[in-house]
Amino acid sequence: MTSVLTPELTAYWDEPDSFTLAAYQRHGGYRALARAIAMPPNQVIQTLKDSVLRGRGGAGFPTGVKWGFIPQGDGKPHYLVVNADESEPGACKDMPTMLANPHALIEGMVIAAYAIHADRAFIYVRGEVLHVIRRLHHAVAEAYEAGFLGDDILGSGFSLQVVVHAGAGAYICGEETALLDSLEGYRGQPRLKPPFPATAGLYACPTVVNNVESISSVPYIIGHGAPAFAAFGTEKSKGFGIFSLSGHVTTPGQYEAPLGTTLRELLDLAGGIRGGHRLKFWTPGGSSTPLFTDEHLDVPLDYESVAAAGSMLGTRSIQLFDETTCVVRVVLRWIEFYQHESCGKCTPCREGSYWVVQLLDQLERGEGSEADLEKLLDICQNITGRAFCALGDSIEAPVKSSIRYFKDEYLEHQRLGGCPFDPAASSLFAMESA
Amino acid sequence: MPFSDEARARLEADTSQIIGRYPQSRSALLPLLHLVQAEEGYVSAAGIEFCAAQLGLTEAEVTAVVSFYSMYKHRPVGEYHVGVCTNSLCAVMGGDAIFSDLQEHLGIGNDETTGDGKVSLEHVECNAACDYAPVIMVNWEFFDDMTPQSARELVDGLRSGADITPTRGAPRLCTWKQASRILAGFPDGQATGGHTAGHATLAGLRIAKEHGWTPESGDAAQTNAGGSGPPGSGVSPGGAVSPRANTGRQQ
Repeated sequence: MTSVLTPELTAYWDEPDSFTLAAYQRHGGYRALARAIAMPPNQVIQTLKDSVLRGRGGAGFPTGVKWGFIPQGDGKPHYLVVNADESEPGACKDMPTMLANPHALIEGMVIAAYAIHADRAFIYVRGEVLHVIRRLHHAVAEAYEAGFLGDDILGSGFSLQVVVHAGAGAYICGEETALLDSLEGYRGQPRLKPPFPATAGLYACPTVVNNVESISSVPYIIGHGAPAFAAFGTEKSKGFGIFSLSGHVTTPGQYEAPLGTTLRELLDLAGGIRGGHRLKFWTPGGSSTPLFTDEHLDVPLDYESVAAAGSMLGTRSIQLFDETTCVVRVVLRWIEFYQHESCGKCTPCREGSYWVVQLLDQLERGEGSEADLEKLLDICQNITGRAFCALGDSIEAPVKSSIRYFKDEYLEHQRLGGCPFDPAASSLFAMESA
Repeated sequence: MPFSDEARARLEADTSQIIGRYPQSRSALLPLLHLVQAEEGYVSAAGIEFCAAQLGLTEAEVTAVVSFYSMYKHRPVGEYHVGVCTNSLCAVMGGDAIFSDLQEHLGIGNDETTGDGKVSLEHVECNAACDYAPVIMVNWEFFDDMTPQSARELVDGLRSGADITPTRGAPRLCTWKQASRILAGFPDGQATGGHTAGHATLAGLRIAKEHGWTPESGDAAQTNAGGSGPPGSGVSPGGAVSPRANTGRQQ
C-alpha cells in the first residue's frame, strides 16, 4: 500500500512535549548529526544533492547545490541563516513546525553549518509569533546544554553558535537579501544579485540562506539516506513536504505528503469544500502564485506540473475559496498587502502597486470599466521583472490570473455598480450557522 | 525625556548582552529597538537616542530603521495590542466583520487605544496561521478560529483583567512591554507551557495515523505525475468530524 500522507516532520506533533529535546531524541533525534560529522563535509553536500531536496521556501532551488556554491578555504567566515520569516499570505507551515518540532531545525542547522564550514548561524524569525520565538530560544538552550551546539560538538572539533533573531514586521525580509540587510541592522531592502549570498551574503561573507522546512528536512535525509527521500515525489520534484490547506475547506490544516500529490487527493482527505459549496478558485503556493480554479484539481503539485499549468508550486500554501467569494475583493486585498509591503526601493513596484490598488478598488466598487482591465494588465507587465526582487512580480500573478479566469465577474461589478457578493455568506460564521 | 540613570544602567547591561550575540554591533539594532519598546511601550525619541548612542549611529540612521518596520510603534501602545488579520483569506472568512465589529464595540479606530490604556486595535497582515482563520493576535500570541462574539469577549476580558489564555501560546498572556522584551531576546520562561498543536496543525497527522501511513509504511512508490485516481478515495470524508464544530469559543 502506498502512503498518501507521509508524516515525518509532523510525525509526533500530537505528543504534548513534542517540542522538547527529550521527545526529539525519543524519536531518534540527533542521530543524523552523529552520522553527518563522521562524514567529510563534501559528502554531506553530495548526500543533499543526491536527495534532490529543493528549497521549501518557494523558489525550489536545490539545497545541496546551494551549499556547494560556498567557496572552500577562502579564509573568510561563513554563515548559515535560516529564513523563518514566513509571511506569504497562505503560508502557515513553518510556524507550526517550529512550535512543535524546533529540534529538527536545530539539528538540520548543525549539519548544514558543518557542511558549509560555518561556525555561526542565525534564525531570522518574524517577530509577530511570540510563542514560536520562546520555543526557539528554549530549543537552542537545550541543544547547547546537551552539547549539540557550542564548542567541539560531539567531540568532532566542529563548533557552532546559534542566535535567534526576531524581525520587526516586514514581509520583504522573507526575500533573502533583504533579510540579510535586516539582520545587519538596516531597513530590509533587497540587494541587486549577483553577487549572490553564497559569495557575498551576511557581512559580505559567503552565506547560505535556507527556509525552515528545507533545513528541518536535512536530518531525515542524512539519517535515512538520499535514496529514501528521493523515492518519494515525482521525477524532478523529489521527496515530501507540508501542504497547508486553508479557507473554505472542511478540515483545514497541515498535510505532509509527497510532492506530486493533487489537490483532489488532498481535498478528499480534508473532507472537501465546506458543505453545500463548491470550489471556485485557489492558490497552489500562496498569494504570489497565479490562481487556479476547479479545472486544476488534478494537476500534480510538483514544480514542473504546476508551472506547466500556468502557476507556481511556491510554498504549497493552498488557500481555497468557494463560490460565495468575490475574486475582485480577494485580489484587491492581496495587492493592498503588496503595496503596503513594497520596500520602496524600486520605482515600478513602489508606484505601480499604488496604481494597481486604485484601479482594483474602483473596479470592486463598480466604478471601473473594461478598459481598466487592459490598463491593469499593462501596469502589471511594466512592474514584473523590472525590480530588484520578486515582490513586484507577485502583483501580476493574482491580477492577471483572476482576469483570465473571471473577467466576467470584474465586468459584473461595473454592470451592477457594485460588488455582487454578500461578504457575510463567505465567512466562517455563515459556515457555522449553515 | 531621556531615560533615567537607573533605566539607562539597566538597559546598558541588556545592551551589552545583545551586542555580544553578533559579529558586528549594528546587527543588534533590531533587538535593541525591541528592548527600548519594552521599556516604554513604544520607540520614543529617548529610545532612538539610546540605541544610536549604544551603537555609534546617528539618530537619523536609527529613525530610518524604526520607520521601516511595522512592529515598532511611534505612540504608546496599550497593555494589549489586538491585531485582527484582514489579509484576503482571514478577511473573507470573517476578519473584516470582526475588525469592524471590534471598532464599534471598543469605540476606537484602527491604530487607536481605549481610554483606559488597556487595548490598542490594529488590523494586521497575514500572520502565518491561515488554517485557523479568522485569526487575532494579542501581543503576538495566536487566538484562532475567532468570531465577532468571541472577539468581543476577548477584548472585554482583556479590559477587565480576566485570565486570558491564547489558543496556541503561553499559558499566561504577557503584556505588550513584556512581549517586546522577549523579542529583544530575553525569554520569560514560559516556553514549555501552553499548547503546541491545534486541530489544524494535526489534521493531516490524524488521518495518517488512522490509516497507519508513514514514510516507511508504503512501498515509497513515486507519485504518478499526470495524475492517477485519487488514492485517498478509500477515506470517508463525509464521516470526518469537522474540527470547526467547536470553534471560536476558546475564551
